[in-house]
Amino acid sequence: MLAKRIIPCLDIKDGMTVKGIKFLEIKAVGDPVELAAAYAEQGADELVFLDITASHEGRKTFVELVHRIALHINIPFTVGGGISELKDAEALLNAGADKISINSSAVRNPQLIDDMAKNFGSQFVVVAIDAKKEAEGHDWAVTVNGGRIFTEKRLFTWAKEAEERGAGEILFTSMDHDGVKQGFANKALATLSESLSIPIIASGGAGNMEHFRDAFVEGRADAALAASVFHYNEISVPQLKTYLRKEGIVVR
Amino acid sequence: MAKQNIVIIKYNAGNIRSVNNALIRLNQEAEITSDPEKIRGADKVIFPGVGEASTTMRFLNESGLSEVIQSLRQPTLGICLGMQLMGSHSEEGDVACLNIFDEPIRKFIVPTPNASNLKIPQMGWNRIFNLKSDLFDASLEGQYVYFVHSYYVAAGSHTAATTDYILNYSSALQRDNFFATQFHPEKSGPVGQRILERFLNL
Repeated sequence: MLAKRIIPCLDIKDGMTVKGIKFLEIKAVGDPVELAAAYAEQGADELVFLDITASHEGRKTFVELVHRIALHINIPFTVGGGISELKDAEALLNAGADKISINSSAVRNPQLIDDMAKNFGSQFVVVAIDAKKEAEGHDWAVTVNGGRIFTEKRLFTWAKEAEERGAGEILFTSMDHDGVKQGFANKALATLSESLSIPIIASGGAGNMEHFRDAFVEGRADAALAASVFHYNEISVPQLKTYLRKEGIVVR
Repeated sequence: MAKQNIVIIKYNAGNIRSVNNALIRLNQEAEITSDPEKIRGADKVIFPGVGEASTTMRFLNESGLSEVIQSLRQPTLGICLGMQLMGSHSEEGDVACLNIFDEPIRKFIVPTPNASNLKIPQMGWNRIFNLKSDLFDASLEGQYVYFVHSYYVAAGSHTAATTDYILNYSSALQRDNFFATQFHPEKSGPVGQRILERFLNL
């Protein structure tokens, strides 16, 4: 049986991990490659690197970093942040990224999904969606720029459109749950998982191990992504997998 | 392990560098080339692949690489799309393939009702069983490896490993000097590394 995936996410600025990360006995806490290797060693199934650098020089540093990651890491990884054109994606592909994730740029220019899928294959294209639950009804508003700007798009129709345009996976972050550590947005996840035929990655809200179980059981997610619970060693990947296995969830 | 003359066949496909990165981690390095002479002269040939079957077959036929691959005598490893292109025919673009393995390539069809929410492509880690090839040793039975694919080869006479997703299918094939894996050993952690190492030791 296909295993549910556990995906630590690392924020990168100017080629270094952003937050002061407490992680086992690693001394060079700032080096993403070393952290990534440690996560891979611990049994993380995939990794996501999110570039939050704004400057042009920073972008170049990121591509160089992706090169180093690809050379050292023997599990799949996705890179995202600031990808708005085919040539951005191509540079990352050539540097060795297995997948790219696009978010705001796809909302602004949905054709980008078609173009990327056509040029690099659907398996390369993760469409990330940040959404906030609307006060009334069951729908969610898609936001861009890290939740700061609301758009006309709605989560379920936009996710479906992304699939039809060639997205290989959907990475759904609930802006209501992100950072709150009260669990993932399981109802919305389940709706997505049942209405789409591509894998759904749950993101935003992990606080304890039960939250991961719920994302897989109630949310029917194919994968779950988290950052701080792993970085601050509140939950370790091996501990999480042991727990999930006990709960009857198939993990590697 | 002594340095070998390894060639990765270059064609119009996606991330083929990651295979070479895996070889570098094993203190080897391949030449990535589409030069028939270099391919024929290599100790080991790797035929990787991410892409679409019919477009890739057209490229292989027009460039003459199809005949080169079919005539290889040294250990040759097809990976993912590379494995599928070694089959007889692919439903992806309805195209005749290299016919190194007399097995057709079919598209996964989700069962109805789809109670476990099975997705296409299969993306992620799944287990390999019934191992039967020099590519594997006993320690690899039941281990997890990384897959991304929407098409599959049914279990048949050349099956060297099976995996269960929607149905029990061939996750590896072997016939004589031709080896193939549906999964990506280069992305499958220490297990994948072990498989690549065994290939290099053939």
